[in-house]
Amino acid sequence: MADINLVTSDAEQANTTLSQRKRFSPYKVRFWTNSAVLNIVLIGLVLLTVIPFIYMIASAFKHNSEIFGTPITFFPAQPTLENMQALLTQFPFARWALNTAVVAVIGTATAVLLGSLAGFAFAKYNFRFKNILFIIMLTTLLIPYQVTIVPQFEIIRVLHWFNTYQALIVPRAVTAFGIFLMRQYTMTVPDELLDAARVDGSSEFGIWWRIVLPLVRPGLAVLGILSFTGLWNDFIWPLVVTTDPSMFVMNVGISSLVGPYDYQYGILLSGAALASLPVIIMFLFFQRQFLEGLTQGAVK
Amino acid sequence: MAVIQANVAARQSTYQKSNNWWKRNRRKVAPYLFISPFFILFAVFGIYPILYSFELSFFKGFGFDKKTFFGLGNYIHMFQDPSYIIAVANTTKFALGSVFILSPLALLVALAINSRFVRWKGFFKTGLFFPVITSSVVIAIIFARVLDTNYGLLNTLLGWFHIPPIGWLTNTNVVMISLILLAIWTYLGINTLFWLAGLNGINKEFYEAASIDGANNWQSFWQITLPLLRPVTLFVIIQALIGSYNLFAEPLLLTNGGPSNASLTITLYVYNQGFRNFNVGYASAIAYSMTVILLVLSLINLKLFGGSNTNS
Repeated sequence: MADINLVTSDAEQANTTLSQRKRFSPYKVRFWTNSAVLNIVLIGLVLLTVIPFIYMIASAFKHNSEIFGTPITFFPAQPTLENMQALLTQFPFARWALNTAVVAVIGTATAVLLGSLAGFAFAKYNFRFKNILFIIMLTTLLIPYQVTIVPQFEIIRVLHWFNTYQALIVPRAVTAFGIFLMRQYTMTVPDELLDAARVDGSSEFGIWWRIVLPLVRPGLAVLGILSFTGLWNDFIWPLVVTTDPSMFVMNVGISSLVGPYDYQYGILLSGAALASLPVIIMFLFFQRQFLEGLTQGAVK
Repeated sequence: MAVIQANVAARQSTYQKSNNWWKRNRRKVAPYLFISPFFILFAVFGIYPILYSFELSFFKGFGFDKKTFFGLGNYIHMFQDPSYIIAVANTTKFALGSVFILSPLALLVALAINSRFVRWKGFFKTGLFFPVITSSVVIAIIFARVLDTNYGLLNTLLGWFHIPPIGWLTNTNVVMISLILLAIWTYLGINTLFWLAGLNGINKEFYEAASIDGANNWQSFWQITLPLLRPVTLFVIIQALIGSYNLFAEPLLLTNGGPSNASLTITLYVYNQGFRNFNVGYASAIAYSMTVILLVLSLINLKLFGGSNTNS
């Protein structure tokens, strides 16, 4: 097998360009074979990743018999909307979608506002408990959510917040990660701008609202996307605090169909497709922010 | 006249005084106001549960009301509980698969995408990323169809190669492997991105210097790339460990922990104990034991891959 030159060194090939070399020089042949192999493998991986999604979306439009029957087909032979219809009439799917949207939108707005406000405080002020609070937040990151979920359930019970929007939004609205992220972004804002604003008579809140916020917009976008995706896709918490089907979010709703409705996979898959579509569409429009946001931790 | 003037003067000075106090001190007070909405919520829903959970783990009883002090009873029972041991074994098997199969695979893919031979870097990065942004419920529902023994896509595909159908979700020996494969499918994209972020941080001059010194590609890889990837390696492995211990929706929806606990993961066990059996004390104890396990693993990793990123 030819020596795969994955770790390139520019000095080595600096002297001749690809086009200057002889047509079938061993170097060129090796280059193009390596290219072909790698690209084919990568395309294969992408297909492997994407095919289940296509299968899900296509199956949403198939009759149940076609999903279950043999031979397995990819695209529906007789496309039908009966699955979606069943979803909307037999189950409160529209309500589930509304719940998910409410939770995700309000939760994201809350997380972004509170997170950037607190991040601003940590970035640009010195106050007495700053370091202690920071360390406390850092240590809570070490604790996995399984520890807190049971007491949080108890708090919801004491507050009589079962099956309410507050229970779904409030406990998930504030994360230590959000503060860290916003603090990072806010620290890049020059202090002189803030001082100039103070000299001009702006209130502290006004500084945050009119100067800092516009400048940390990329950070707000990243936090917004991460929060939205996290809230939209959350499963275990809504599962725990809602028992009334009219308050289910989509994830919990379609999971409740697994088991009793196991053989009506058309309905299940169409529900899954509708549940995942908004985030996928958002992803396609905001690819850069998604990729950047989710690798934040790696580029510490 | 003098009285009125004195009154006016007094009023003015008190007005100015309170105004000045705020103006003088708002810079000191503002940060407290800014962090208070966050911290009130954080204290109630973040810090208090951590402490209360710890206290709960020393009690037993049904639900939150009838509780009797049990000392270390929950923890002792934990170590003798066969379900607990199976859950830990399953989750650890899964974590090992994540760390030793998924992460190196993702590194290979990242190296491939990063190499000179590949031009459509953005396309590949995006294409591998879809599973990351879909919820685990959706993934479980899709793969219930794919992994079905009789009609599933995967067994049909294998059938084309004359391989007999495998009970991906029904065979006790295979079920954790199925979950590992599912995890590889789900998390390859984001791990590749982590590695890519790390690779991009390596200065190209190192490679030039090495090739001038006569190093070939394998040597460059082992002596430059890998050592300089240590911080990212630490991050990737810890993320893989944390993610593995959080595995919940897929075992719940695909097999409900079965068959006979073969796919019981530790989070699923916490859920069963806490929200199906309402042994909240025991559930808290299990959760804390999981925290300890994770902490120990993280510390081990820190020793192996931590340390500053010095020039090699």
